[in-house]
Amino acid sequence: MIRTIKYIAGLLLLLVCVMDLGAQSPKGKYGTFALTNASIETVTKGVISNGTVIIRNGKIEAVGTNIQVPQGAEVIDCKGSWIYPGMIDSGTRLGLFEFGQAPQATDVSELGDVVPQMKALTAINPNSAAIPINRISGVTTTLTLPEGDLFSGTAALVSLHGYTPDQMFEGFEAVLLNFPRTGRRGPFDRRSDEDIKKATEKSLLRISEVWERAVQYHRIDSATKGKGTYYPEMQAMLPVVRGEMALIIDVNAARDIQTALKWIKEKKIKKVILSGVAEGWRVADEIAKANIPVLAGPVLELPTRDYDRYDKAYANPGLLRKAGVKVAIKTDDGHLNYRNLPYHAGFAAAYGMGREEALKAITIVPAEIFGVADKLGSIEQGKSATLFVCNGDPFEPKTQVSQVFIDGWQMPMVSRQTLLYDEFLQRDPGVAKEK
Amino acid sequence: MKKILLIICIAVLAQQLSAQVERGNMLIKGGTVLTVTKGTLEGTDVLVTNGKIAQVGKNLTAPAGYKVIDAQGMFVMPGIIDAHSHAGLDAINEGTSPVTAEVNTGDALNPFQVNLYRALGGGVTTIHAMHGSANAIGGQCETIKLRFGVKDPELLRMEGAPRTIKFALGENPTRVHGGGGIVPRTRMGVEFVIRQAFSQAKEYMAAWDTYNKQKIQKGFRGAPPAYNMRLETLADVLRGNIIVHCHSYRADELQMMLKVCKDFGVKRIVFQHVNEGFKVAPELAAYGAMASVFSDWWAYKLEVYYSTAYNAAILTKNGVTTSINSDDAELMRHLYHEAAKTQKYGDLNDDEALSLITINPARQLGIEDRVGSIETGKEADIAIFSKHPLSIYAIPMITVVDGIVRFDRSKDPDDMRIFVDPRQSVETTTLRETRNAHEQCMEGADYMFVKMFGLNLNEQ
Repeated sequence: MIRTIKYIAGLLLLLVCVMDLGAQSPKGKYGTFALTNASIETVTKGVISNGTVIIRNGKIEAVGTNIQVPQGAEVIDCKGSWIYPGMIDSGTRLGLFEFGQAPQATDVSELGDVVPQMKALTAINPNSAAIPINRISGVTTTLTLPEGDLFSGTAALVSLHGYTPDQMFEGFEAVLLNFPRTGRRGPFDRRSDEDIKKATEKSLLRISEVWERAVQYHRIDSATKGKGTYYPEMQAMLPVVRGEMALIIDVNAARDIQTALKWIKEKKIKKVILSGVAEGWRVADEIAKANIPVLAGPVLELPTRDYDRYDKAYANPGLLRKAGVKVAIKTDDGHLNYRNLPYHAGFAAAYGMGREEALKAITIVPAEIFGVADKLGSIEQGKSATLFVCNGDPFEPKTQVSQVFIDGWQMPMVSRQTLLYDEFLQRDPGVAKEK
Repeated sequence: MKKILLIICIAVLAQQLSAQVERGNMLIKGGTVLTVTKGTLEGTDVLVTNGKIAQVGKNLTAPAGYKVIDAQGMFVMPGIIDAHSHAGLDAINEGTSPVTAEVNTGDALNPFQVNLYRALGGGVTTIHAMHGSANAIGGQCETIKLRFGVKDPELLRMEGAPRTIKFALGENPTRVHGGGGIVPRTRMGVEFVIRQAFSQAKEYMAAWDTYNKQKIQKGFRGAPPAYNMRLETLADVLRGNIIVHCHSYRADELQMMLKVCKDFGVKRIVFQHVNEGFKVAPELAAYGAMASVFSDWWAYKLEVYYSTAYNAAILTKNGVTTSINSDDAELMRHLYHEAAKTQKYGDLNDDEALSLITINPARQLGIEDRVGSIETGKEADIAIFSKHPLSIYAIPMITVVDGIVRFDRSKDPDDMRIFVDPRQSVETTTLRETRNAHEQCMEGADYMFVKMFGLNLNEQ
């Protein structure tokens, strides 16, 4: 009798386990796919009507019209649909931030004002709930940045698929410098003008000192063939000093941008990307002249000064572009809503940038800035199969994304948010539990 | 004598000048009119007389002296209503007690805030200027119209709009007070604080009722009960004279609040934010409670971690009167875009989506007979867009309040300040820490944290 009960209990347990497995998110799928009858927005080579994209071995094997579908390929009929390259958000904390107001759920900011050795890639959580939530909207790639004081860490470009940070890594890292700023942080920042000025000057001295030490460290390192005393923060600066790695400088106020441009020139820094540039439009010509690309955003933001035209933040990317600056658009969203990237681009498009440039600013341009344009940013033969299928203009909110591929992996089109929708649209039981 | 007369004259004149809301006459010609409640009318005119919609139809003619706006090729919709904002206020949180029903944000109106103009640039005409969420029972709120340009704060008020009050459940009130050793520290404490306050208000009402009955009897000599503004306000909540707008997130606390409301006979309640409203949508609908939500905000703290952007659609389809709000000076500028997201997250049709930012928030504020749709007899609060407002490419071009143009994209100068703060140096750049997002609800409560624990809420 007891044995029977044990047997039944065991069976039940097994059943529960099996059911539990069934409740897990479905997996990605790797294979050969043929996306047929689609309008293809290649970004770099115009629009292909009624075209086909072949995905094999993680790559775009072929793209165009009159393409032979390989044997055994899974055919996905995309009639009436569009194919776009995966969108790249150049400003996120994806994987480092699970939810706010809880230090245990946040790995964004390490102690210390000069900590370039703190690597985002170390702490990116591949199981963050935010990953599928953003990915099913067609945002396939993000730059994840550590925050903090001056040299706050090393950012990493990741794809939104993978079970380890290494699997997610897309081959680009850069040291982040939050440039000393003269602006206020918000209405609650009640420091006097004098205090702000002093703090900025002190920080400027500090970053110059750090840079000079890094240059010194590089000389010693070269002379001793890497046998000098080990300083972790200086070690992290080495590739930047040597021009092997970019320095991303987050800077927003016009005056600070000018100071930063001067500083970059003075220190002869080889690879630089500006980030934020909220007041970039004020000094757009100077940025263009310095020939430094920018990661501009958030676009959906207030103007920085009370007397500025109300739509300046919306217009900023377009004004920068018009001046000849290479512009990528980022969300820097505080609510992990990187899925709103096409809407930031859409507002930039509507307020002067134009749709074509805005689309480039979230695809090919960031890919170029990060040196990964051989893999990402457009639909071209030989590139990584990182793309999505949708039923219209992805900038329009009503457009639905039906397929997402990352490095040739077909993504399951579910997230916690869609699962909650499925469960609660018609909740069962409703108000009365007994039927 | 002359002096007195002059003073009286000035006083009367000042009264006249200060109390007069400006109302205009205009004809908006040939636009696609999105009435929201009565369908979409192409190539239709809207005639506005003395700040009210006099007629909606084709080929109307403007009487002499009427302003004419050519809206051909454009989209004309009712002015957008934000049921949760803190714009136009100089103070948001009276965070000194878990119950502060006696205070009123209407006493802290600031008509000079340039954010009011920026909101007009997003087609917004009416906002619910709310108290913050530091207290379980916060202060009363003010429904204001964005008559940007007026200098008298009184002229911002939407005269005659129903009274409202802010309540708050969950993490905010428990952090602010519980952290300092004052109940509530938990969601249990929040329920207790609200029930206790309502019970005291009932006793207060009973004491006054008894007194009012006794005092008309001959020979009565007793003193009246002490007047208490806090309890007087709560008594008005219990009498149904004040609509409760309750900051809330989790399904359990929504259920709790519904029970409290039922026990004390409070019928008019709108839940604010209510990220887990979708989980108890049938209960909310059954009670007649309404919901005012974000389109997609989540993850800014634990109680919004299990959110879904489908919230508005689930609530709507379960019969809950739902609106989409901003709680943020930037988000407020593109509520039409936030509403459009419900087409991605839940397939709402155009009218359902537009209702979320027009007639539904109007219902939640009790002003649905006056604003929230384009109908004859309603107030002429109108937003004119270059394209369909649910399109990403739509740009608000002209915003009209009471028949007066308060925003005109093609004509307004860049600098729209009507008051220049002499303390502010010209070079001051304000950069919001958008990454460290939190509801504006908590603004002004930060000093308590700094004071009590040396903690800055705005730093992660």
